[in-house]
Amino acid sequence: MSARGWGWRHAGRREWAVSDLDLVIEPGERVLLLGASGAGKSTLLAALAGVLGGEEEGEERGTLLVDGVDPTQQRGRVGLVLQDPDSQQILARVGDDVAFGLENLGVPLHEIWPRVRASLDAVGLDVPLTRQTAELSGGQKQRLALAGVLAMRPGLLLLDEPTANLDPAGVAEVRASVGSAVRASGATLVVVEHRVAVWRDLVTRVVVIGADGRLLADGAPDRVLAARGDELAAAGVWLPGRAVLPSLAVRPAGERLLAATGLGVGRPGAQPVAEGIEFALGAGEAVVVSGPNGVGKSTTALTLGGLLAPRKGAVTAAPRLAAGAASAPIRWSSRELLTRIGSVFQNPEHQLLASTVRAELAVGPRALRLSAAEVDARVDELLARLRLDGLADANPFTLSGGQKRRLSVATALATRPRVLLLDEPTFGQDALTWAELVLLLGELADAGNAIVAVSHDEELAGALGAREWRLEPRRQQETLR
Amino acid sequence: MSALLPAIRSGLLARINPVTKLGCALLVAFTLLATVDWVSAVVAVVLESAVLAFTGLPWRRVLPRLMPLIVAALLAGVTTTLYGVPSGRVWWQWGVVEVTDGSIGFAIATALRILAIGVPSVVLFLTIDPTELADGLAQIVRLPARFVIGALAALRLVGLFFDDWRALSLARRARGVADRGRLQRYAGVVFALLVLAIRRGTKLTTAMESRGFGAAGPRSWARPATLGRADAVAFAIGFAIAATAVAVSVSTGSWHWIAS
Repeated sequence: MSARGWGWRHAGRREWAVSDLDLVIEPGERVLLLGASGAGKSTLLAALAGVLGGEEEGEERGTLLVDGVDPTQQRGRVGLVLQDPDSQQILARVGDDVAFGLENLGVPLHEIWPRVRASLDAVGLDVPLTRQTAELSGGQKQRLALAGVLAMRPGLLLLDEPTANLDPAGVAEVRASVGSAVRASGATLVVVEHRVAVWRDLVTRVVVIGADGRLLADGAPDRVLAARGDELAAAGVWLPGRAVLPSLAVRPAGERLLAATGLGVGRPGAQPVAEGIEFALGAGEAVVVSGPNGVGKSTTALTLGGLLAPRKGAVTAAPRLAAGAASAPIRWSSRELLTRIGSVFQNPEHQLLASTVRAELAVGPRALRLSAAEVDARVDELLARLRLDGLADANPFTLSGGQKRRLSVATALATRPRVLLLDEPTFGQDALTWAELVLLLGELADAGNAIVAVSHDEELAGALGAREWRLEPRRQQETLR
Repeated sequence: MSALLPAIRSGLLARINPVTKLGCALLVAFTLLATVDWVSAVVAVVLESAVLAFTGLPWRRVLPRLMPLIVAALLAGVTTTLYGVPSGRVWWQWGVVEVTDGSIGFAIATALRILAIGVPSVVLFLTIDPTELADGLAQIVRLPARFVIGALAALRLVGLFFDDWRALSLARRARGVADRGRLQRYAGVVFALLVLAIRRGTKLTTAMESRGFGAAGPRSWARPATLGRADAVAFAIGFAIAATAVAVSVSTGSWHWIAS
């Protein structure tokens, strides 16, 4: 693969996502591509896979070749695995999904099924071929996507943050699968990831793109990481053994704000996913909720946040939080909720309402009928704090995954709720934006508000001074207190 | 055929290609739609029931799905009895409501016709797997593969729309904009759902293209769709049911073209 003076600008943007990139990757190399959130790493991978789109999607300059040919002319030579496990299955059954790529390449029937089985073996996905893809866990879905790509025997394998949305067990599964598959096939590998530690032992070369979309560092992993450590840290790269923020003591709980007793949570009309939850939240406190996928963490957060009605038991706001409203948050009006409990959803796209980032941030403050000057002041402050100021006029849907995540957190912060519930607030962040987010949440707690974050992020609790609340299957009890 | 429920894959019907099932259902439906008499409908319902009874369907799963159809047939029957074109002896009259020999006969014919067309359609579609149907439509009927496979992949998104709908409604409450009128809120969620649907569609396209979808050159098929003896038998049975219904109806002089 070779890039010469290559650049790409998304339609309707002023800045180039990638510019003047000169990079040659030889066959068989295994490259870790690092860079700040929004540095154009995903753009480069999409271009290499030939799925960046035509002229209406953006503007290209320079040349980018794979095997000396334009990547859009040779689909199938390049395999791409994306970040979101839910957007990559194409067919309903596991076997059919893996076979999909082979059908498109016109592989003869007698070769298809042996290759399907071989690639499922290679990623260690030991499920029947007829299993419904929708029933797989996040880690399994990513391994399925990998198998679908491996079956096509690509010469170049591109992984775009394949473990970002997974719990720690899922990360380990995917990392192991990629390792054995790449060793067996000898394919060239380019992986984009913020967390160096996961891939360090597998890759033979580290390439860093700076925030301006230009090449920052390039070389053997140990050499680049040792020699350019400070620069990399400044560019937002997560380095192994380097804590981004110091670990804090657990914050003491102040006056009671919110409590749950005998709480059962679930979707309306469905079986409760968790029962017997006892929980209390005090002012100035931070809590990180952890536990395996599917244990009911998100549903619990929605119920505590007054968005889903409790299936059993009760959620009670103390008078200090209720401030004149009813004691059950589910009975509050949407506007009453704004200053009392803020919720940030797992998928930021569900919460986007406006056509520009600036207008998006103003939605909450406007609903509170704040003065125009006050709305502007709050919006400007958040834009600056969360490094979104360059994007104020961009459409929220066109932001990168990490930027959308920060925006959705910022929308909740804009109305200054006493309690903030966040579902995976740190997904897809580089070390810099991660630190900004954590510091901002910490300031909220310092000011006497309470933070509850559902998160797989193992560093979050320490940096936030949060107590950990682990939900276990069938036995949801609070471990501390 | 549903994106949310896996197809019933047990029993004799699972051996028949979805294209054949579709053909049989269409054949019976079009035949019965040509006439409005009750004789053809009775013959069809009786024969269909007899055939379906031997297919080894899991009736516990099938019957609940048939309930809406049965209710619809009864409602249509009642409505036609009360408001149908009056003729013959008048049994009861109250305002515009007039129950006559003619309206009762027409009501029975209508209710039976709904069952005669609906029952086999529902049963056949419950046993059709969308993937197999797409394979059949592309390989046997030779519809364009790009179109059929694209539609199949999009079908998978339908299940996600329900989750999106729920999340969007909750998210609007969290954002402080859910206190407005119900209609306005509803319109907002519908619009957001459309935006998300396009987003999901774009992502799906990327995933499909990166797996070589739309590549130049011929496509191969991992699941060859073939028509076999079972399909011939099934189609013969479907044809026999339609033909018998027509023959009995015509020979008893009750055939009545819908247009006349």
